[in-house]
Amino acid sequence: MAALTIRGVSKRFGALDVLKSVDLEIESGEFAVLVGPSGCGKSTLLNIVAGLESQSGGTIEIGGRVVDGVPPKDRDIAMVFQSYALYPSMTVRQNITFGMECRGVAKPQRNEAATRVARQLQIEPLLDRRPSQLSGGQRQRVAMGRALVRDPLLFLFDEPLSNLDAKLRVEMRMEIKLLHQRVGTTMVYVTHDQIEAMTMATRIAVMYQGEVQQFADPDTVYRRPANLFVAGFMGSPPMNTLPARLTSEGNAIIGAGRPDELRITLPVHDPAFAFRDSDIVLGIRPECIAEAGRRFGPSPDATMAFSADVEMIEPTGAETIVLLRLGGSPVLARVAADVRPQIGAAAPFVLDTSRICLFDPNTQRLIA
Amino acid sequence: MKRLIVHVALIGLAVLFLVPLAVVVVNSLRTSQEIAATSMIGWPAHFVFGNYPDAWDRFCMAEHCWGIEPYMLNSLAMAIPATLISTFLGAVAGYSIALWRFRGDQIVFGIVTLGIFLPEQMKLIPWVVVLRDLALTNTIGGLILIHIVQGMSFTTLFCRNYYVSIPQDLMKAARIDGAGFFRIFWRIVLPISPPILVVTVIWQFTGIWNEFLFGVTFTSGANQPVTAALISLSAALTSEPMYGVQSAAVLIAALPTLLVYLFGGRYFLRGLTAGAVK
Repeated sequence: MAALTIRGVSKRFGALDVLKSVDLEIESGEFAVLVGPSGCGKSTLLNIVAGLESQSGGTIEIGGRVVDGVPPKDRDIAMVFQSYALYPSMTVRQNITFGMECRGVAKPQRNEAATRVARQLQIEPLLDRRPSQLSGGQRQRVAMGRALVRDPLLFLFDEPLSNLDAKLRVEMRMEIKLLHQRVGTTMVYVTHDQIEAMTMATRIAVMYQGEVQQFADPDTVYRRPANLFVAGFMGSPPMNTLPARLTSEGNAIIGAGRPDELRITLPVHDPAFAFRDSDIVLGIRPECIAEAGRRFGPSPDATMAFSADVEMIEPTGAETIVLLRLGGSPVLARVAADVRPQIGAAAPFVLDTSRICLFDPNTQRLIA
Repeated sequence: MKRLIVHVALIGLAVLFLVPLAVVVVNSLRTSQEIAATSMIGWPAHFVFGNYPDAWDRFCMAEHCWGIEPYMLNSLAMAIPATLISTFLGAVAGYSIALWRFRGDQIVFGIVTLGIFLPEQMKLIPWVVVLRDLALTNTIGGLILIHIVQGMSFTTLFCRNYYVSIPQDLMKAARIDGAGFFRIFWRIVLPISPPILVVTVIWQFTGIWNEFLFGVTFTSGANQPVTAALISLSAALTSEPMYGVQSAAVLIAALPTLLVYLFGGRYFLRGLTAGAVK
């Protein structure tokens, strides 16, 4: 069953199209992440799902029920905000149970619910404190407690970790993922951080300029990005994209006609047939280029050796990022940590041809 | 050397500003006969404190010999309700303008705050008509109504500017929790409002207490607030000038706002610069 169905939802502010007919179907129990740069419409979409803003067109269904025009409190949702949005004058206990208070639930039951949720989140000793007496991580936990206590059909998260420092963010990321595994409730999570999207999601919706660019599981989004925007947005460093030419034999040439041109024998890609003898954009992830001697995958055909000029290296400790020049284009490669090629000289590398993506330079869409 | 010049200048200016107050304070401790015999400015030959009780409930002005006590009570009966009601309404108005988007909210805000810039004289005639039609001419109730309506420009401005710093996420969270307009106001917004409420109460009380034009225009006789009644003091031309008692009366009339300044002044500055949410 679909926990959330978004059908043709659009939003206009005056002449500005913030959302252009978005369609998404999120299954029950999923952890769906809406990711995109700021201004892509992801937060607006979440607010529309919550009923905090109204859409200009289209329909929202939550648990099979059309909720257009239904106020937020009656949508069976709970929401966690970036700024925590805790009520400053109330104690943690009052914050968690304010929703129940609004619904007229008796005090003993409210206290019982607060204690149960506090135990679950390990914030029991904080129940009588006020938000100003809590650390960032504790506030975030209380905000999650306020959502949990509702036991909703749908959890909505609006960049909940953006205000935390890097270390705490990683901790809370794991905690939210564990929470999802434990309660199993459908979650819709908005973030601009592609790492959060990759690590937490069962499916990722990449948004840009008010449109969903791709909605798929993290592996698919990462390995087979639907277009050049997704290829550039997901991954850090992002996918290398360089102009190339597809020959009539189905090989790709980078920097055709240059002394350092590179000819790559591609695995058979039927959809690319129509693009033979024309210009394409070739995409390759940095980790699919490595130091000579590495083997990619079980098939020996996939690993292709070449040499290229090294322009710069960035040792990160876990690996070394190498900036090299391939057929005139800058390309990033991830090599082993102890490999430190000499700058300004050619060095040998290998490339995983099975992981190459081809894009149409006109539509920017993935060909093969 | 530079510091010395600054200090001398500051002290000199302070003295200049305080001279009128000092003259009044000193005169309130001299007998009227002594002032009449010597000069308006002079040190008491001997201190007397009888001017204060005289001014409070025995001094004769405007054909009554009951001092300024009834007028002080009039002023309190006017300033306290007008302050509280205009502050409360300003808080509600500021809250709805700052935190609830509605069509034309900025226009409403503009119109409300326009009241700050309208000269009082311009509003006299309309108020004459309104008070007459409501049968509130020459009543404290009429003055309360005027000060509530006119005060709302300032109280709305103060509260709105304070409430805009409340994050929208807080409002969204409350709406998802199922709280409506007034529940959010009572349970979430009002409890974090004391800094700005102190500011508006001080501002309104001082302004309403000191207001003169409406008091003198719309009330007469026993219904006047003390600022309007004080004018009768200097109008008592038939008898000899009673500078001692008059000085005491002026000081008593100024006492409430002086006390507000002494005890509330620092909250005033603190509240104006405070944010709603830390």
